[in-house]
Amino acid sequence: MSYERPTIRHPDAKKNSLGYTRKEYEGSISTLCAGCGHDSITHALITACFEMNLEPHRIVKLSGIGCSSKTPAYFLGRSHGFNSVHGRMPSVATGANMANRELVYIGVSGDGDTASIGMGQFAHVVRRNLDMVYVVMNNGCYGLTKGQDSATADRGSKTKKGRPVSLESIDLCEMAIQLGAGFVGRGFSGDKKQVVEMLKAAVAHKGLAFLDIISPCVSFNNVPTSTKSYAWVRAHEEAALPFDFIPCCREITVDYPQGSVLPVTLHDGSVINLYKQDDLMEITSRSAAMDALEQAKTEHRILTGILYLNPEQPDTHALLETVTTPLNTMGREELCPGNAELQRINDAFR
Amino acid sequence: MKPTDIHECSYFLQVIDCQYACPAHTPVPEYIRLIAHRDYSSAYMLNWDSNVFPGVLGRICDRPCEPACRRGRAEGEPVAICRLKRLAADFRGDVESLFPRVPDRKNGKRIALIGGGPASLTVARDLAVLGYELELYDNQSRAGGFMRSQVPSFRLPEEVLDTEVGYILNLGIHTRFNQYVTSLKKILGKGYDAVFIGTGAPRGRDLPDLPGREEGDTSITVGIEWLAGVVFGHVKKTGKKVIVLGGGNTAMDCCRTARRLGGEDVRVVVRSPRADMKASQWEIEDAAGEDIPIIDNHVPLEFVVKDGRLVGMRFEKVRACYHDNGKRELMATGEKPIFMECDEVLIAIGQQNAFPWIEQDCGLQFTARGLPVLDELTLQTSLANVFVGGDAAFGPANVITAVAHGHQAAISIDLYCRGKDLHDRPRSKVSPADQQLDFQDWIYDSHVSDERRQPVPHAPRAKSLKDRLLEVELGFDPEVGRVESERCLNCDVQTVFDASLCIECDACVDICPTTCINFIKNGPEDELRQRLSIPARNLQQPLYVSVPLPTGRIMVKDENVCLHCGLCAERCPTAAWRMLKFVCRSAVAGDR
Repeated sequence: MSYERPTIRHPDAKKNSLGYTRKEYEGSISTLCAGCGHDSITHALITACFEMNLEPHRIVKLSGIGCSSKTPAYFLGRSHGFNSVHGRMPSVATGANMANRELVYIGVSGDGDTASIGMGQFAHVVRRNLDMVYVVMNNGCYGLTKGQDSATADRGSKTKKGRPVSLESIDLCEMAIQLGAGFVGRGFSGDKKQVVEMLKAAVAHKGLAFLDIISPCVSFNNVPTSTKSYAWVRAHEEAALPFDFIPCCREITVDYPQGSVLPVTLHDGSVINLYKQDDLMEITSRSAAMDALEQAKTEHRILTGILYLNPEQPDTHALLETVTTPLNTMGREELCPGNAELQRINDAFR
Repeated sequence: MKPTDIHECSYFLQVIDCQYACPAHTPVPEYIRLIAHRDYSSAYMLNWDSNVFPGVLGRICDRPCEPACRRGRAEGEPVAICRLKRLAADFRGDVESLFPRVPDRKNGKRIALIGGGPASLTVARDLAVLGYELELYDNQSRAGGFMRSQVPSFRLPEEVLDTEVGYILNLGIHTRFNQYVTSLKKILGKGYDAVFIGTGAPRGRDLPDLPGREEGDTSITVGIEWLAGVVFGHVKKTGKKVIVLGGGNTAMDCCRTARRLGGEDVRVVVRSPRADMKASQWEIEDAAGEDIPIIDNHVPLEFVVKDGRLVGMRFEKVRACYHDNGKRELMATGEKPIFMECDEVLIAIGQQNAFPWIEQDCGLQFTARGLPVLDELTLQTSLANVFVGGDAAFGPANVITAVAHGHQAAISIDLYCRGKDLHDRPRSKVSPADQQLDFQDWIYDSHVSDERRQPVPHAPRAKSLKDRLLEVELGFDPEVGRVESERCLNCDVQTVFDASLCIECDACVDICPTTCINFIKNGPEDELRQRLSIPARNLQQPLYVSVPLPTGRIMVKDENVCLHCGLCAERCPTAAWRMLKFVCRSAVAGDR
């Protein structure tokens, strides 16, 4: 087994505007099972950060516990990282974001880490609309402990062991929409192109961008009867709405018939072009998005792509009216104004 | 594109760049692995089977393998294949006991070999072990041909050559030394079953029409004759100021030899720009390291002779213009002719074929260029029982090409003597070997070394310039050799893809360090090459294309800079990728 990747890269490897090749965004070699969907998502994250010309030292990656939460070791080896306690990634992300609001925060979690032990943390970080990308690598099972059903395993789906799941599944996208996230998307690790574009849009979005990415567990949950298998997802996947992500600096050149394009401008000036089609869902409306997801579920379809989008949702800093200066750049004087000031504040409440 | 037919053994052979580039198709990665395991005798024998003169070629080969080496494209510098070969030769054990036995009972066929160079010696070796009686004619007192007469001892010590030539002559070859063959008719009259002509390209080009050539004759010599004179002891010293004309390896040998025979101001003057010189890069570097300036873009105008003595040469400065049709023209710059002082000139501007001993009416046809008319595959001439190889066949090339010709000629002669069709030739032997040891481990060392090309030590310059017999390159020691051998990418361990097992999880795409693997829609090759994640611009390197997969896409792998690290196979959950060692051994005479 190889413990490191060769250091040689293709001599014609592309460079981004910072002069970096992909190598500068890679991490160490994956120790996940061969063929794990998580590795594909890892690769998509590397591609998205590389193509968006993000400086590696301006990115923070955070995770909880699980196969998914191991992956930050496999990407962005030159960025900041924190592998936190099971299900507690959102708290650490919140703390970090409070200290320095100017970095890009990418949280990586799994279906167990988010939908079971971390459910409370997930719900509240979404409600606060923390400015981060929250990725769930969703394989519908606990791969690290030999494949028990997780809370996102669909009722009736059968894993390798062959017993159908008896409990109702948690649809994290529906929950995120319901809890007020401004950017909700679903992807499939086997459709990297879409995942990369969605990740880029998610990074550009201000506020919490939630991405539920179906990521087959090749060791325990990749039988055709499982709704989280390569075969099943490929057969039932359906793009909710075609979209283009256009970063702020690039000129918009896509030419579509008038009226069919709905451009949504993000805070940083980037634009997401949504290509409307009559029979497809409207994703700027919460209720329509929820309806479409429920409808698809009854028809055994998996809707992928951006499912809900509202860039106007105020993020945590706006909600808390924090200062625009990152706290970590302030001095003790400003952060701790002293007893007199505390007294003044307390008196104001009396 | 059509799916790649990997059952066609030529596909994987061309992926092994070094072996493919080698005229004799020596299985390079296989012997480099043996060197890494310090099994020098086996490495030597693998070479000996294929290229007959590992010790010689490990020093003086033209190394077509090295510019072809994939590591050169991927990392910048090729594996020092040639020097590793020499390491195997230097540290081999008793190999003679491993040589094939010559049958006591001969098969009754007698073959004449004209010329004792590498081509004839190769024919001799291949046929001797099959029971043929071989008679080798050479005008010198020892065999070796140009390997002996032209290559100076500081590059190839005589004992190395003697040993390897001896290995062959000891197979019971009847030698007819000091016999200049004056007539092909006479040879044909002796009733040989076949005749092989390996007389090289023995005539050095001269500049007979350049003014002053005749007057300065005593101080002007043709390079290859001069080098032979040095080897056979006729030339013992040289002038202090020597001009060597020419830009090939012979010019490099001449100038470096002149430095050792008393030349103090030795310079090489060449017509073409330096970048177009034919000499191997390492030869040019070694010459430069011995204070020999190489002056390019100078065309000789005249030899300047004063009072019956050569005093210098005059040159015209030129510059090269390259036309769209690829032709090069040297245009005079219009500057004043340049005079260079010298008291000796060596002309090393190329060699020519010459067959003065072959009668025009003996039935052997020649081309307009004065070369024998040959079947390029069988090397058979217009006389069914006469074969030609080495420099004599298609003009001056190199030792390894001569060896390759020798093998082909031996196959042809054997088929001819057995009354078989010469075009129905034995095929290369391929033995694919699965490299999987267990779930994620390989039999071969898949780790890609980060080491850069290892330098080779040289003898102290002050010492080597005084002694023309002292070898300059000292060769790798075993430890450096091990480090260098581990730089080999094992290109013969092939990535083999089985589309029926692929679940399109992209794991191989994600892990591949050099972004070789793509899953995309099919299209015409030109367009497909542009559409890969990193466009496949090296058209010499093939694309490996699969049949369509369940999503309708195909797998396309650009072989160009694949590191053969096995990670695609290691990360493949369904064993759709396998690593298969593909050792291809070229056919030799006697194979069925």
